Amino acid sequence: MAAPVPASSPPPTPAKETRSFNVALIGNPNTGKSTLFNLLCGMQSRVGNFPGVTVEKKIGHVNWQGQQFHIIDLPGTYSLSPRTLDEMVSVDVLLGRQKDVGHPDAVVCIVDASNLERNLYLVSQVLDMQLPVVVVLNMCDVALARGTTIDATELSQRLGVPVVKAEAHRAVGIDDVRNAIAAAAKSSPVEARKKVFPEEFYSECDQLATHLTAGGAADVPEFLIQRMILDPGGCVEAEYTKKCGNNLPQALTECRERLKSAGQAVPAIEARQRYAWIREVLAGIHTRPTTRSVTFSDKLDRLLTHKFIGVGIFIALMFVVFQAIYAWAGPFMEIIESAQGWLADLVALTLAPGPLRSLINDGVIAGVGGVIVFLPQIVFLFLFIAILEDCGYMARAAFLMDRLMTKVGLSGKSFVPLMSSFACAIPGVMATRVIENRRDRMVTILVAPLMSCSARLPVYILLIAAFIPAVTLFQVGPELSIGGFVLWSGQVTLPGVVLLGMSSLGAVIAVPVAWILKKTMFRGETPPFIMELPSYKWPSPRIVFYRVYDRAKAFVMRAGTLIFATTIIVWAAGYFPGDHTAQHKLETQIEALDDTPENEAQLEQLVDRHNAVSAQLIETSFLGRVGHAIEPAVKPLGWDWRIGVGAVASFPAREVIISTLGTIYSMGGDVDEESEGLKESLQQARWPDGRNVYNVPVALSIMVFFALCAQCGATLMVIRRETNSWFWPVFTFVYMTALAYVAALLVYQVGMRYF
Amino acid sequence: MTTLDGLKLGERARIVEISGDDGIAIRLMEMGLIDGEEIELLGFAPLGDPIEFELRGYRLSLRKNEARRVSIEPLPQA
Repeated sequence: MAAPVPASSPPPTPAKETRSFNVALIGNPNTGKSTLFNLLCGMQSRVGNFPGVTVEKKIGHVNWQGQQFHIIDLPGTYSLSPRTLDEMVSVDVLLGRQKDVGHPDAVVCIVDASNLERNLYLVSQVLDMQLPVVVVLNMCDVALARGTTIDATELSQRLGVPVVKAEAHRAVGIDDVRNAIAAAAKSSPVEARKKVFPEEFYSECDQLATHLTAGGAADVPEFLIQRMILDPGGCVEAEYTKKCGNNLPQALTECRERLKSAGQAVPAIEARQRYAWIREVLAGIHTRPTTRSVTFSDKLDRLLTHKFIGVGIFIALMFVVFQAIYAWAGPFMEIIESAQGWLADLVALTLAPGPLRSLINDGVIAGVGGVIVFLPQIVFLFLFIAILEDCGYMARAAFLMDRLMTKVGLSGKSFVPLMSSFACAIPGVMATRVIENRRDRMVTILVAPLMSCSARLPVYILLIAAFIPAVTLFQVGPELSIGGFVLWSGQVTLPGVVLLGMSSLGAVIAVPVAWILKKTMFRGETPPFIMELPSYKWPSPRIVFYRVYDRAKAFVMRAGTLIFATTIIVWAAGYFPGDHTAQHKLETQIEALDDTPENEAQLEQLVDRHNAVSAQLIETSFLGRVGHAIEPAVKPLGWDWRIGVGAVASFPAREVIISTLGTIYSMGGDVDEESEGLKESLQQARWPDGRNVYNVPVALSIMVFFALCAQCGATLMVIRRETNSWFWPVFTFVYMTALAYVAALLVYQVGMRYF
Repeated sequence: MTTLDGLKLGERARIVEISGDDGIAIRLMEMGLIDGEEIELLGFAPLGDPIEFELRGYRLSLRKNEARRVSIEPLPQA
């Protein structure tokens, strides 16, 4: 029975079409595809991985004209001839074979107007898929400035699809793009277009389709049949060789032989026919300056890729970037740290000492703060990378460094991700997305955590300050300073040399590791370095902002949640079991006392007792028991159980070692690397037989361990996400830990013979 | 027959053929290196490799290894 309708209610609206549309976005690298995606979707994108592959999938959900659109951002590609599984993903999405995405209702092909000839190659392949297509002619301003003219109306006529002019960099023409997409998605199925290839080719396709049907693989999309013939040894051939029962490789070889004798040799036929088609399409409507004028970009390039000047500028630039990251991030990090301290004090004021307060202060606030405190550095690093990427310098950095990197078995494209890893391996691993070759990308990901990240620095500083004598090795020139800021002290000191050695150890070890990985797990021919060098342009603030925001968000969300969870686990392992009544009582007493001179003696006594109780509690906690259990394993490294506990607790995040050591050495967890007390406690620590626990070989062995070990859960999680597999983070963890253990063992055992 | 890696700074050439039918050959052709097309050498990276070229109005960098796959016919300098 229907409920009575109140008279005041609006008249029932006719059933609206609630269907949503899938729109795929595809284009060459460096055409502004991601910029357009961001403009179309704003920040409502969802990032995920396509199953089984390393590429990133971005889907944005938007509402236009009352209808839902899902915009799928496909990885930048020069062509749709899938040779790797990653490239196959784009083909699968366009053909509607990717289950979680659904069939696309329209394809947006974004092309660089200043490089139309090569960009139309991909358009030509997309048109063969018989989907509604919208061509976005991007960077029209750049093209115009270079003297390129295009008759877009005529181009649209000849291509048979809408062509929209845009300048995504300046957000010009976005409404037109949106309208064209909406119209295309709602249009009826497209008619077959004029054929690119000669008739012989299509009759071979028909013959192959018959062969496939006979072999049990019926209804293969026309596009895939073409790809099977055109890409010898490609992905499609491999896929259907498995599915088709009657010797597909032989049929393909015969088919290619027939084409060859007809003067249509594979694979040259495709490029030749498509470029001929492009010439035909562009004839008379596209002019390019006949003589190449020397542009500003050219002049800049002559300097930036110069044998000496270019390398000099490059080194100086990298130096400035890293200096700036430390210098600029400092104040922000202090603000975060003081906010953290203020929050902890607030909690201490409102909550009495007890497990809850300990959990919130030592677990939650310390855990989240430990992550957030690195955010300024990461944001500044991302900012520099985004600016350098957007202005076109990154391609030059890869070009400059390629020869050097190939000696290690990597490519120029690995350079920037590895450089980023010196600040933090998380953005470094994420930056490997620019490497399209899977083998190069995997090796780069696997060695990136070896680069000495900023979280290792506190460990080095503490141990060097405590154990490496501050002797001047030699004097190099006079002191240089600007306004009291010492640029160069003129001295080369032992602590400085050790710090430099520790910071470069990982990078040095990465060379043989990368080489071995290339020779074992990632064997095969060296992938080619075929890269377009885009012209320089001013970075767009909008794009830089989007990139920094995107990556910073990913860092906070993913890294943050993991460190947060592990810190709580470490906290619990250090807190339970054990009776904390006495400890909390002492805390209450300490807090009740005013910090006046007459109370000083009593306060000191209470703090000492509190620290002794805390140390006793941590020794009997789960963490302490683990420490004693692993002592036999760490003893050969010269470590006692306390260092072992510190190292174990630092597996989620290496910074944890400082506070863990502080807690264990009766200082309470509230110390940092500059704490004189912790330094002295380390110097005074004794084995039961009275020997010093710490000496130079022990300090070096700890530092070497921290330099090489994979003590960063967040990095491992990012590796898992970027490789879409649990195998690689486990592999990284195992090989790095083994490497760290062996290296620390060597350092201690060899060191003890000389000290 | 000369190949693309033998070109000198500022020299122009016409592409004759790309050897092989593997992925690298396909990629080179997709990038527009087709027989008959003109190409110019713009510069070298500091250690002499990779090499920067200009063709079809854009800039492409290749390693010597890849450039060796492309046979060319040198053109008189403009």
